[in-house]
Amino acid sequence: MDITVLVKQVPNTAEIRIDPVKNTLIRDGVPSIINPDDKAGLEEALKLKDQFGATITVVSMGPPQAQLALREALAMGADRAILVSDRKFGGADTLATSTTLVAALKQLKSDLIIAGRQAIDGDTAQVGPQVAEMLDIPQVSYVQKLHYDGKQTLQIQRLVEDGYYELEVDFPCLITVLAEANKPRYMHIHNLVDVFSREIEIWDFERIKPDVNQIGLTGSPTKVKKSYTKGVKQSGKIVEAANAEEAAEAIVTKLQELFMI
Amino acid sequence: MDFNLSETHLLFQQMVRDFAENEVKPIAHEIDEEERFPIETVEKMRKCGFFGINVPKQYGGAGGDQLLYTIAVEELAKVCGTTSIMLSAHTSLGMAPILEFGTEEQKMRYLPRMTTGEWLGGFGLTEAAAGTDAAGQQTVAIFDETTNEWIINGSKLFITNAGQAHIYIIFAMTDKSKGTKGITAFIIEADRKGFSVGPKEKKMGIRGSATAELIMQNVRIPAENLLGKEGMGFKVAMMTLDGGRIGVAAQALGLASGALESTIDYVKGRKQFGRSIAQFQNTQFQLADMHTKVEAARLLLYRASMRKQAKLPYSTDAAMAKLFASEISMEVTTKAVQLYGGYGYSREYPVERMMRDAKITEIYEGTSEVQRMVISGAILR
Repeated sequence: MDITVLVKQVPNTAEIRIDPVKNTLIRDGVPSIINPDDKAGLEEALKLKDQFGATITVVSMGPPQAQLALREALAMGADRAILVSDRKFGGADTLATSTTLVAALKQLKSDLIIAGRQAIDGDTAQVGPQVAEMLDIPQVSYVQKLHYDGKQTLQIQRLVEDGYYELEVDFPCLITVLAEANKPRYMHIHNLVDVFSREIEIWDFERIKPDVNQIGLTGSPTKVKKSYTKGVKQSGKIVEAANAEEAAEAIVTKLQELFMI
Repeated sequence: MDFNLSETHLLFQQMVRDFAENEVKPIAHEIDEEERFPIETVEKMRKCGFFGINVPKQYGGAGGDQLLYTIAVEELAKVCGTTSIMLSAHTSLGMAPILEFGTEEQKMRYLPRMTTGEWLGGFGLTEAAAGTDAAGQQTVAIFDETTNEWIINGSKLFITNAGQAHIYIIFAMTDKSKGTKGITAFIIEADRKGFSVGPKEKKMGIRGSATAELIMQNVRIPAENLLGKEGMGFKVAMMTLDGGRIGVAAQALGLASGALESTIDYVKGRKQFGRSIAQFQNTQFQLADMHTKVEAARLLLYRASMRKQAKLPYSTDAAMAKLFASEISMEVTTKAVQLYGGYGYSREYPVERMMRDAKITEIYEGTSEVQRMVISGAILR
């Protein structure tokens, strides 16, 4: 099986402090890490490799220093690392990022593409699903559990607000994984010792040739108006109903209470 | 001259730090209280490849250098003295003599299963009447020509990893008339008939560490278990201890460094007379001294590690690193307890454990006095 894992290098937000005077984040000296959801995605790939054998390619888009995240992935057990990096890709929003990644992914054979649910620095949860749409392959997001018996399909538990779905999905497909899905392994010392002599392939604009108008700042329709801390969302309410009719009645009553109908 | 760690060493340091913080620190208090060997940590360390860091790849090791191994022991000791010495005794005392003095056949027989951690290693030199004076060995080995076997009788005291290790490097007299030149080293597997382990020692510190007596009653081992040459045991022991001192120095440094880090956090939070105790000059000056000593010990230790790696003479460097690191470890951990005040004396906080653990680093693998003998011997030559 060929598995491609998308990873993003992010600042370790657990170690970010807030400037008490300016009330802004102090990013200086904050160590970079593999985004936690992505690391859990890599662990799922490594578990499949342990069990069935697989070739794992990790792909990241970012500046040259993101190589360190890829080296960590290699030391955990990935086989090949590709950094999609070019000044032309800079300033990309999620759409332009996905477009760029897809240009790279089209040059790789992947039975399974694994991404993290979302990155701790952007929290958009958009890149994985966008990539799947652009590649026109099935996708399952919010994966909390993965089971594979070596046959045709993956069995998946997809987390939703009030429970989970049990789904089966054909290959090739893309899944986005939650950090809670597993506890990623540590880097293996035997891999780590030589990891800086391993090759990180740098795939630049010329290598992947995306549409120049669809990438970077030019290809990014998103404009940030302002950023703010979002309010706390209340948890949903579960209403027990004996049958569909009762359930429908409960919903209608609730909507009437809220003057929505 | 470059005082910076390479990117490999930095990434490795980060990996061991994560491991120590998440897997070792949470049970450090418990294994000390219960005087329990952390077997579950051994399993976790096996999965990460901790047991063959500086052993060449052809024997199943990671093929890393001495400094990586030093960093591993140091980082583990920052949170748990017991776990660090388990790794150090296995690597520096159990595997190193086989790697240094073993035949190719012996290396292939033992190292692949030691580097995975399936077989832990131990080392038996000290006896009731032979500690610093190794020539006082009472353990004897007699060769039985009819079976081509050595028959070993005697006992070894205060052995780290006793009962947990499968492979022990044991020293025995093969010719009493020759003094230290009559000592020979042997490799003994724990499942040999007549080999047994005594009860666990009740110790001041490193209480989770498996420390016990090894008892050998007519233990028969084949001739091929002799390590090095007959009569070469004293050299095997001394050269092994040079390397072991790097491990103990790393443990001592880790304990000091861990205690210092804990204390820095503590003094920022602890308030007396309306301000944090970090704002008092006494605290500041104490911490400045502690930090300076820790850094000085680290430089001595890293230099000794790099000289060993470069195959330069490092015996005196290892002795200086061990002497200085262990003595500042005792000093720094004691000061940490003092800065913590009453809480420092409580077993609910980690610094008193670190202070108890630090004491042994001045004693085992050559006391501070022995290190002074080695160092003065080198400069007065």
